[in-house]
Amino acid sequence: MGNYLEVKNLKKYFKTPAGMLHAVDDVSFSIEQGKTLGVVGESGCGKSTLGRTILGILDATDGQIIFDGKDITNLSERKKKLLKKDMQLIFQDPYSSLNPRMNVFDLIAEPLRIFHVARGNELENRVSELMETVGLSERLIYSYPHELDGGRRQRIGIARALALDPGFIVCDEPVSALDVSIQAQILNLLQDLQDEKKLTYVFITHDLSVVRHISDEILVMYLGVVIEKSPSKMLFDNPLHPYTKGLLSAIPVPTIHKKRERIIMQGEIGSPIEPAPGCRFVNRCMYATERCRHEDVALSEVEPQHFVACHNLNSMHTDG
Amino acid sequence: MKRKSDLNSIHEKKHTSKWTLVWKRLLRNKLAIVGMIFVFVVVFSSLFANVISPYDYAQQDLSNTFQYPSTEHLFGTDNYGRDIFTRVLYGGRISLLVSVTAIIIALICGCFIGVCSGYFGGKIDGLLMRIMDVIMAIPSFLLAICISAALGSGVRNTAIAIAVGCIPSYARLMRAQVLGIKNQEFVEAAYMNGASHLRIMIRHIVPNTLSTIIVDSTLRIGACIMIISSLSFIGLGVQPPTPEWGSMLSAGRVYIRDFWPMVTFPGIAIMVTIFGFNLFGDGLRDALDPRLKR
Repeated sequence: MGNYLEVKNLKKYFKTPAGMLHAVDDVSFSIEQGKTLGVVGESGCGKSTLGRTILGILDATDGQIIFDGKDITNLSERKKKLLKKDMQLIFQDPYSSLNPRMNVFDLIAEPLRIFHVARGNELENRVSELMETVGLSERLIYSYPHELDGGRRQRIGIARALALDPGFIVCDEPVSALDVSIQAQILNLLQDLQDEKKLTYVFITHDLSVVRHISDEILVMYLGVVIEKSPSKMLFDNPLHPYTKGLLSAIPVPTIHKKRERIIMQGEIGSPIEPAPGCRFVNRCMYATERCRHEDVALSEVEPQHFVACHNLNSMHTDG
Repeated sequence: MKRKSDLNSIHEKKHTSKWTLVWKRLLRNKLAIVGMIFVFVVVFSSLFANVISPYDYAQQDLSNTFQYPSTEHLFGTDNYGRDIFTRVLYGGRISLLVSVTAIIIALICGCFIGVCSGYFGGKIDGLLMRIMDVIMAIPSFLLAICISAALGSGVRNTAIAIAVGCIPSYARLMRAQVLGIKNQEFVEAAYMNGASHLRIMIRHIVPNTLSTIIVDSTLRIGACIMIISSLSFIGLGVQPPTPEWGSMLSAGRVYIRDFWPMVTFPGIAIMVTIFGFNLFGDGLRDALDPRLKR
C-alpha cells in the first residue's frame, strides 16, 4: 500500500516583530493508510502548528503536502472546503471547541448541513447514528455542552469530526484535558474507530505513555524540527537522541523496587525565533560539542526505519 | 410510547435550562425586580394608553386650563386644558417607540460593522474603526441635533438621529466581543466543518455575543429616552401636538414658578423610565454573567 499522506520538507514560519519564528522547520514524513503517526514534543515545539498546516488551516511557508496522491499544499479556499470531507481535526480542549450556544444535535449536524449531506429525518438518523458510534446516549441529543462532562464533550468532538466520513484525522492532544480514567475510554474509542473505518491518524501529544499505546510510528519534535523518527516499539526500546532518552526516562514506572535512572535535562528550551545554525538542542545536551553548535544536523538512518538527527551518536554509545 | 414522552420531557427541561437559570438569578435580585416593575408599568401604560385614559391627548378645553391634580384629572391639566395624565401616557409611546427603533437601527449597523471589523481585522478593521472614531469625536447630542436639524423633525428622523450616535459604541462593543470569541477553538472547529465566513459570523460568533448585546441595549434605552426628551425640549424632536415628555417639559418651563404639575409629571415619567431600565439592565447583566457580580 502506498503512502496515504506524504509531507515533504514542510516549513511554517510566522512573522513576529523580533524576526521569523520557525514553528515548523523542514519536517518530512509519510503515513500509510490505516496507520497512526504519533507526534511528541514539549509545548511550543510546533506539533499543533504541524497538524494545522497539514489540514490547511494555516498556509505552509514552504514544502509539499501530498494527500491520497494529490498535492494539497496551499489550495484555494474553495478546494480547501472540499478537503474537509476527507481530513478532519479533533481538538484538545473539549470545553472551548464546542460552541456553547449549540446543543449536541446542532453541533454534530453542523458539517452535515454545510455540505448538504442530509436533511430532515435523514439528518436526525445520521446524527443518532454518529452519537451511537462514539458512545453517546441518545437522550443527550438536546443537551448543551455545559451540561456534560469532559469525556462526553470530547465524544461530541469526535462525532463531529467523523460526520463527513473522513479518511484522515489529526488528533491534537485529544485526551490531555481529560481525567486519566476517561483518557483510556477515549483512546480505546479512537482505536476502535480506526479499526472499523480504516482511519489514518496523526496523533499529537506530549504524553508519551499515550503515544506508545496508540502509535505505529513516532516523530519526536524539538523546536520545530524532527530529531528522531522511528517505529513506535523501536523508539521505546532503543531511544537514540539524547532528548528522546530524557523524555523516556521521565515516564513514571509503576514499581517500588527498581531504582530508576532519570536523565534530568538542564537549561531551558531555546527560542524558535531566528534560530542559530547547528543542533537546536545544543544548549541542553550533555553531549554537545563544538560541531553541534555550528553544523546543522540532518536525520540519518541509524538502523532500518530509525532516523535520528544527532552528531554524537557514536561517542554516546562508547560512553554508555 | 410512554418512554418516548418521558424522553421528550427531559429534552424540554434541558432545552430551557440556561434561560431558566438566568430568570431565577434575575428574580433573586431585588433591585432588578424593582426595575422590571417600573419597565413593565411604563411599557404597559404606554401600550394601553387609549384604554387607561378616557381623554384625547390633543383635545383642548380652554375653560378648564391649569387644573391641579384631582380625581377627574389625575395629573391636572395644562395651559390648553389638556389632561396631563393622558399626555404622559401617550408620551411614553413616542419615547419607547423612538428609542427602540433607534436601538434596533444602531444595533444592526453597529453589529455589522463591529463583527466585520473584529472578524477580518487588518485593513478593514482599521478603516471601519477610524470612521467610528470620527463619529465618536463628535459629542453625541450635538450629532443628534445636527442630524435631526438636517433631516427635519418627526418620529422616524429622530430615531435615525439618535441611532447614528449609538452606532460607534455598538461597533466597538461588538468588535471587542468578536476579538475574544474569534480565538476560541469552536470557531476553528466551524472552519474545519467547512463553514463559510458568513456562517461562522452569524451562527457561531453572534449568538455568543447575545447576552452582552441584550444588556447593553437595555441600559442604552434609558440614555436614548434622555436624548429624545432633550431633542424635543429644544424643539427638534417630535413636534406638538404629539405629546412627548421632553416637549411637555419644554412647554411647561414657562409656568414652572406658577403651576408645578406641567413640568413635574413628565419629569417624573422620564426619571422613572430611565431608572427602571437601568436597574433592569444591571440586574440582567448580573444574571447573564454571574462571574461579574461582586
